[in-house]
Amino acid sequence: MGERLLEVTDLSTHFFTHAGVVKAVNGVSFSLDRNETLGIVGESGSGKTVAALSLLRLVPDPPGKIVEGSIVLKGRDLLTLTEDEMREVRGNDIAMIFQDPMTSLNPVFKVGWQIAEAIMLHQGKGQREANRMAAELLARVGISDAARRANEYPFEFSGGMRQRAMIAMAISCNPEILIADEPTTALDVTIQAQIMDVIREMQGVYDSGVIMITHDLGVVAQMADRVMVMYGGRTVEYGPVDEVYYNAHQPYTWGLLGSLPRLDEVEKQRLTPIKGQPPNLLLLPPGCPFCGRCPYERPGCREAFPELEIVGPGHGVHCWIPLDERVAIREKLPHFMARVA
Amino acid sequence: MTDTTSPTSFGAPQPDSPLSPTAANEVPTTRPLGLWADTWRRLRRNKLALVGLGIITVFMVIGMSQIIAHLLGVQLTPYDPNGVDYALSPKGLGAPPSATHPFGTDYLGRDVLSRTLVASRVSMLVGVIAVAIALVIGLSLGPVSGYYGGVTDAVIMRTADVFFAFPYILFVLLIMTVLGPGFVNVFIAIGLLSWAGYARLNRGSVLSVRTMEFIEAARAQGASDLRIIFRHVLPNTMAPVYVAIAMGIGGAIATEAALSFLGIGIMPPDASWGSMISNYLTYVPAGSWWMEFFPSAALVLTVFGFIAFGNGLRDATDPKLKE
Repeated sequence: MGERLLEVTDLSTHFFTHAGVVKAVNGVSFSLDRNETLGIVGESGSGKTVAALSLLRLVPDPPGKIVEGSIVLKGRDLLTLTEDEMREVRGNDIAMIFQDPMTSLNPVFKVGWQIAEAIMLHQGKGQREANRMAAELLARVGISDAARRANEYPFEFSGGMRQRAMIAMAISCNPEILIADEPTTALDVTIQAQIMDVIREMQGVYDSGVIMITHDLGVVAQMADRVMVMYGGRTVEYGPVDEVYYNAHQPYTWGLLGSLPRLDEVEKQRLTPIKGQPPNLLLLPPGCPFCGRCPYERPGCREAFPELEIVGPGHGVHCWIPLDERVAIREKLPHFMARVA
Repeated sequence: MTDTTSPTSFGAPQPDSPLSPTAANEVPTTRPLGLWADTWRRLRRNKLALVGLGIITVFMVIGMSQIIAHLLGVQLTPYDPNGVDYALSPKGLGAPPSATHPFGTDYLGRDVLSRTLVASRVSMLVGVIAVAIALVIGLSLGPVSGYYGGVTDAVIMRTADVFFAFPYILFVLLIMTVLGPGFVNVFIAIGLLSWAGYARLNRGSVLSVRTMEFIEAARAQGASDLRIIFRHVLPNTMAPVYVAIAMGIGGAIATEAALSFLGIGIMPPDASWGSMISNYLTYVPAGSWWMEFFPSAALVLTVFGFIAFGNGLRDATDPKLKE
């Protein structure tokens, strides 16, 4: 992999509400290299989006606050920057693609203008030059007749085109890091594949690092180099995609994989959902957040969060179950049996 | 960056560019109606609003031409509006409308038509300047209030409440006493007093717009708070403001007339509809109705025009009334 772009250590973001402290992200660490794609997966409320917003320091404050940790972007700790310096980082060094393209574009401005705005803001280009570049970017993300399209309003664009426009806006200042927060959730499956292709292509052109936030393991398998599985605001397992998919060590990861349909199944099997609900982030137990839903829970799991255990090259896991027992349990899971067969 | 567009022209058709619409790939499209085209389509069916628009147009044309004539020092009225001629005012009661003086003459023999025309200058200026002052204050404080919330919001909105709570005319009287009577001071007083309505109206819209995702997207692009407020939020909250402007101009004109009627507005020899109504009132019992009638009619008609148009505009921009 290329140069190290981002190093996040022990990031904790909490929300201080009337009801109590919502611990949305708890001591999450990860890194991102140039040209690399990191997938962050987990179900709703697992802290994925808050972790991403923390990178840009866009967590609404109050009530949100980054209480701990460091976010080092190419040697600079973002948490020590002033708000003015941080504005320079946003859009310029780290750009974000949002979940819903239908609402992420300002309805009263022409699409080209909105892209040009970021260019004028960060690169000091004039209106004409910025407009020309905006049309170029639209063409580059696959919008045909881009010069005319740049002069249209968002309501004249389809969902897929709007997401392309959002990508054009995000890459307009050649960011080092592109955060895509569930970029295809609001789009249908055929458009989804196209958008993923565009993101990957742009990554190739600009040598960016991409952080892909999703709850879709299929998307991660297709896009990511490495994957981080989050649950209850914590990292429960991380590693190279193949490692995590074929050699998973955490019961939550097993649960995620088991709830996916497989095309290579020998015989028809029922999908196995994970029982129960995600934990209330207000009342997180001190121990492993998966307690209560984990079928392999044992005494002591609720007491403290397990230390990181390295189980393979770049593959770490947080789990109290001893290694040999974990492997033994996994051998019997239908999902992994199918692969062996 | 790429060779997909030529570096010089943005949006201009280029035969050799893959982006330019050529005869082969040009697809005839029906462009959806924009906000204004859509509004106009619905406004056009509202007869009363069209009448209002017509009145406003006539008023604007007369008012603007009077302002320009005044600036150039030209007289754009049939007679000198301040030209006293006692021969035209038998018994000091003026002369009724005639072929030479269609609106009659007043107690000093001045031509009422000329004075009514000249007075439109004041109404036009008060409408535009007072509302402009109110807009600048209201649309600066309102969005800031709604966007930041908290203490900022509380301070601005409670200040607005004070402005609302005070009797309007009393407050203008207070300001006029401080500033002293005069042409420009009337505009300032009315402007200072009506900002609160625009601020409160706009704050409400800002509250709903600021939570939208494109605002967060703008922030993620590195836009500053002020830029977000005035570049991204404000333009999304303008539809109700346009309606308030139309109504507000009518209101400002009426307020100026009321002030002049009370004798604290426009001072002689400048004529305003309000001061004419006030001055000529005493002659009505003696039968000289025309002095009072024509400036009153001009005032009523103009205010009605703005309010009718504002009402129509509100109906036309109201998404709930869309068919």
